[in-house]
Amino acid sequence: MFAGLAIACSISMVYHKNPLYSAISLVGVFISLACIYVTLAAPFIAAVQVLVYAGAIMVLVVFVIMLLNLDEDKPLTNLRYLYAVGAVLGMTLLAQTFFIFYAVTKTPNTPVENSTAGLTLNIGKSMYTEYLLPVEIVGILLLMAIVGAVIMSRRLSQPQIELVKAKEDFEAYQERHDY
Amino acid sequence: MEQVIKTVFPIVVLFAGATVAFGAVMGVVAYTVLAERKVLGWLQGRIGPNRVGPWGVLQPFADLFKFIFKEDIAPDKSTKFVYYLAPIVAVTAALIPMVVYPFGPPIISVDWSFLPFGLGEGISRLPLVLAQIDVGVLFVLGVTSVGVYGIALAGWSSNSKYSLMGGLRSSAQMISYELAMGASVLGVVMLSGSLNLSDIICAQIYSPYKWFIIPQFIGFLVFLISAFAETNRVPFDLPEAETELVAGFHTEYSALKFALFFMAEYVNMFTVSVMCVTLFLGGWYVPGLSHIFQFGTIPYALISVGAFFLKIFLFLFLYIWIRGTLPRFRFDQLMSFGWKFLLPVAIANVILTIVAIWAWNVMGWSQAVPCSN
Repeated sequence: MFAGLAIACSISMVYHKNPLYSAISLVGVFISLACIYVTLAAPFIAAVQVLVYAGAIMVLVVFVIMLLNLDEDKPLTNLRYLYAVGAVLGMTLLAQTFFIFYAVTKTPNTPVENSTAGLTLNIGKSMYTEYLLPVEIVGILLLMAIVGAVIMSRRLSQPQIELVKAKEDFEAYQERHDY
Repeated sequence: MEQVIKTVFPIVVLFAGATVAFGAVMGVVAYTVLAERKVLGWLQGRIGPNRVGPWGVLQPFADLFKFIFKEDIAPDKSTKFVYYLAPIVAVTAALIPMVVYPFGPPIISVDWSFLPFGLGEGISRLPLVLAQIDVGVLFVLGVTSVGVYGIALAGWSSNSKYSLMGGLRSSAQMISYELAMGASVLGVVMLSGSLNLSDIICAQIYSPYKWFIIPQFIGFLVFLISAFAETNRVPFDLPEAETELVAGFHTEYSALKFALFFMAEYVNMFTVSVMCVTLFLGGWYVPGLSHIFQFGTIPYALISVGAFFLKIFLFLFLYIWIRGTLPRFRFDQLMSFGWKFLLPVAIANVILTIVAIWAWNVMGWSQAVPCSN
């Protein structure tokens, strides 16, 4: 049921011309995905899905769409090229899905002993023991991203602006006097 | 026949519980509106509503009927579907967290075997919670964050400049303060070792200080301030600042759709009060009550539920009090306060808590908390 909802939402996301409708449909996809996670006994992932994707990222997207107020009828350029890229990516995804499906059917069907793997405690434990290295790498990557964002959005302070100005003036002076 | 009754019975009980909880929340919300008008009147040297019933006690119903019978107007150039969707989203997202409110302690003393058809078999405890969700705190935070869409979409779809400004302001504000709110809760989660609201209350009972407000005072203050911002209340009510935006995001809404937004705001107030009480003030726990009544008996449960609601009323009163007292922030003040002050303080609180817990473990003072539902 939730999968059907997710598929319906994603179709409406792709086919709507209005970017805001697409964004709302994407929120629908995220929420139905969260419901699927709950049925798969992974409540933590579900809550984080709603909190991060639906609650934060998509709000930001909606915010930007509202702020920009995009034209609805503007035709997309380079559509052919995008179609080709989309086809390649879609085929890759399809191949991957079939591969996973194949791998799952090949493996012996072992019943899950206890469905506690999705609990918060166990996720935390395995993150800091079994998967410590990936967690640390992701942490460093995110830190780099944060630092990058800060540097990109930083405005120069007044003394620095004066310094830059003085340098430019000096260069202009040099040019004029033919050093 | 008996089999059918046995399968249907738990569902009926659940529905009954949901109805009672919904009724209680709605009653509190309706009378918060009246209390707000009364207390504001009192703070401003007026009388407040006093015509409908004695002391105006029937005023909420009069308001409701007025909203129902008013003409339902939709602006000509609005985006109709989104325009009608927005209040529904707002009120749904506000009401969903109700399923994890821990209203009171479980009742375990009653023998349910008197029920016909052997329905009471195997039932030893009646929890006063609708659902024991393992990630209750995250659930509440996530669902309330979805409520932003109601406001943002309402602002966008009304096709009016005031509404759009209100919607933009509210989405910016709610994204900013959600971070501080989540970070301020982390300290409590670390102290209790669980995200389940009932487990957090249990951990407070077994902790030496009974209420987490004592070790987590900074977290409590940050949570309270960001709660005011999350619910768009004074002094952070910029999305609906009357003096500059007419009524903000709900300028173009009338009749029942406006009532839904109004209701969503008050239910959100109730939700953050419940979170405050549960996380920092021990929830339904009354210190020393177990000396008078035994845990799990009906009087114990009733008094605990009463205490829970009393604590919530204190917070609702605080909301109204502050509305009558403080002026509104400017928008840039609001943003820089959220990002440059609240968030660093919340993160510092997290680090402080980590260090404190580590020190306690090193000194060997920590004790295992026997909480699990």
